[in-house]
Amino acid sequence: MSRFWFRKPVGAASAPAATEAAEGMGGGGGRLGDIAFEDRMATVDFRVGERAHIVVDSDVCRSCTTRACVTACPANLFAPTADGGILFNYEQCFECGTCYMVCNGEGALTWTYPDGGQGVVFRQG
Amino acid sequence: MADERVPYAGPGAAPGAAVGDQPADVDVIVVGAGPAGAAAALAAARAGASVVMLERGPFPGSKNVYGGVIYGRILDTVLPNWWEEVPVERWVVRRSTMVLTETQALTVDFRTQSWAGPPYNGMTAYRADFDSWLAEKATAAGARLVTSTVATGLLRDAAGRVVGVRTDRADGELRARVVIAADGVNSFLAKESGLLPKADPKHHTLGVKEVLSLPREVIDERFGLRGQEGLDIEMLGNTRGIPGGGFLYTNSDTVSIGAVLALPGLAAAKVRPEEIIADLKGHPAIAPYLRGATVKEYAAHLIPEGGYDHMPPLHADGLLIAGDAAGMTLAAGIWLEGVNFAIGSGLVAGRVAAEAAAAGDASKKRLARYRDELEKQFVLADHKRLRGAPEIILSERIQRRYPGLVADLVESLFTVTNPEPKPGALALLRRAAKRNGVSLRELARDGVRIGKVFR
Ligand SMILES: Cc1cc2nc3c(=O)[nH]c(=O)nc-3n(C[C@H](O)[C@H](O)[C@H](O)COP(=O)(O)OP(=O)(O)OC[C@H]3O[C@@H](n4cnc5c(N)ncnc54)[C@H](O)[C@@H]3O)c2cc1C
Ligand code: SF4
Ligand code: SF4
Repeated sequence: MSRFWFRKPVGAASAPAATEAAEGMGGGGGRLGDIAFEDRMATVDFRVGERAHIVVDSDVCRSCTTRACVTACPANLFAPTADGGILFNYEQCFECGTCYMVCNGEGALTWTYPDGGQGVVFRQG
Repeated sequence: MADERVPYAGPGAAPGAAVGDQPADVDVIVVGAGPAGAAAALAAARAGASVVMLERGPFPGSKNVYGGVIYGRILDTVLPNWWEEVPVERWVVRRSTMVLTETQALTVDFRTQSWAGPPYNGMTAYRADFDSWLAEKATAAGARLVTSTVATGLLRDAAGRVVGVRTDRADGELRARVVIAADGVNSFLAKESGLLPKADPKHHTLGVKEVLSLPREVIDERFGLRGQEGLDIEMLGNTRGIPGGGFLYTNSDTVSIGAVLALPGLAAAKVRPEEIIADLKGHPAIAPYLRGATVKEYAAHLIPEGGYDHMPPLHADGLLIAGDAAGMTLAAGIWLEGVNFAIGSGLVAGRVAAEAAAAGDASKKRLARYRDELEKQFVLADHKRLRGAPEIILSERIQRRYPGLVADLVESLFTVTNPEPKPGALALLRRAAKRNGVSLRELARDGVRIGKVFR
């Protein structure tokens, strides 16, 4: 048992700094395309860790019949590849859990939370 | 160490090897500094326990997303006059319920000035602000908050009792007399214990939301508000047949709009979640409210919606489960309340844990008091009363047929058919029902069912 746990916290509960809002096209006019997906994701703050906290086994995906992750992931991180697999990038992940909940292939996803302090940081939430 | 376990928190984590007997470092460990965890730490510290609260995000609220409106009544007894210092955006004085089809909208709009002053009813707030504020109340009471730290698993002794947690810090283990899992939906601690299924898409919805910037005066004008008054809109329909609904809340100088979507329906529909938000934003009844707004933050989070019948056991030897970790969000159509339920359960968990630690008895038998007390309070009483709500609210007819039926009925009532005489209301109802594929018998039966569920 180290002394760590009883030291004064560093920056604990510190208020979040103001966020810079990316300007979407707005307009409220509607359907898809009211804001480009990259611009939408650019509004979110991520502290990207070095470890990929979610790993996809593309070999399992090749025999998947639903590919539910591709449309359900709110961050749009699952990209189907030409050879029937999945290309995945963990960097802009909300850590929501939707993908492992809807995944159709046993063992396709190794899903963990990012290490402490890393990953998504919601400024409003 | 011989333990080969992957040192990360996730649905695949398995229990580690039993640990030996060692004295506890603290009385109570609270995992998670959301509303459930902060309330638990506050109550435990006030009851005299030594408390460490772990939060994986860099500050409380940084991982959390909601609609949202917080109903603060539960805070009255613990933080008198909390409304004088809480980081509020607006006080809700207007509640609208909208039934939508692609081209129609029927709105029931309620407003009362009695919610515009103390002690207030509901408030809009950002979770980054609110969760940090509540966690500060816990630390002020003596709890120790450790951020940027993931609890990666439970420590158990040879008898299987929970005696602490592992963390992803180098000096990783921490022991306690009682552990409170307030780690939210996905609770990997409850999953590791086998108390929650590893994946349970049927009883979860995905919430996606956009916070949109609009000048304060524009919000006041468009939504009929003054000063700190706020509006809450719940929507049913127009989610492309995916069971769920929409919401819109006013903050000071932003508007939160989003959708709640049942996971199986979302997966099957092959529609991307942000398209549903785009549909809502583009609806003729909503779009004029949002003209010129820009996206400030996009966010997503799961909601446990199984209700009373799908909650896990709430305690085990040395362990209590509170808030969304135990599936305590009340999602019953016109109500979407989770923060107050999390706080309510956390307060009881913290007190029961502190008392158990002081008595030197954290057995499952003793910790059963937690559940007993929640059954007597709103937390489990409301859930028990409304146990049938999730199923009926997410049912086929309510979701896909009744919005159209109701909208068609009202449209026909108000459409003047001169020189034809007005048809009778019953004929119009029959016509609207038929058009939307509902028989009058089904309608009557559902009416009775709904009456029973919400009695
Ligand atoms: C889209 C949406 C809309 C909603 N609208 C409303 C609303 O309007 N009103 C309302 O009252 N409720 C609403 N809810 C529900 C509400 O958000 C939840 O019920 C509430 O946040 C539950 O609080 P909690 O403390 O149990 O969990 P959370 O708020 O999820 O807190 C859990 C905490 O534990 C931390 N954590 C998790 N795992 C670990 C770990 N292993 N180690 C360390 N820390 C960990 C997390 O970072 C988090 O801070 C909504 C939810 C969503 C998703
Ligand atoms: S649902 Fe699972 S198995 Fe199927 S493609 Fe997605 S990650 Fe792979
Ligand atoms: S956790 Fe959520 S955001 Fe991250 S990859 Fe899975 S579905 Fe996408």
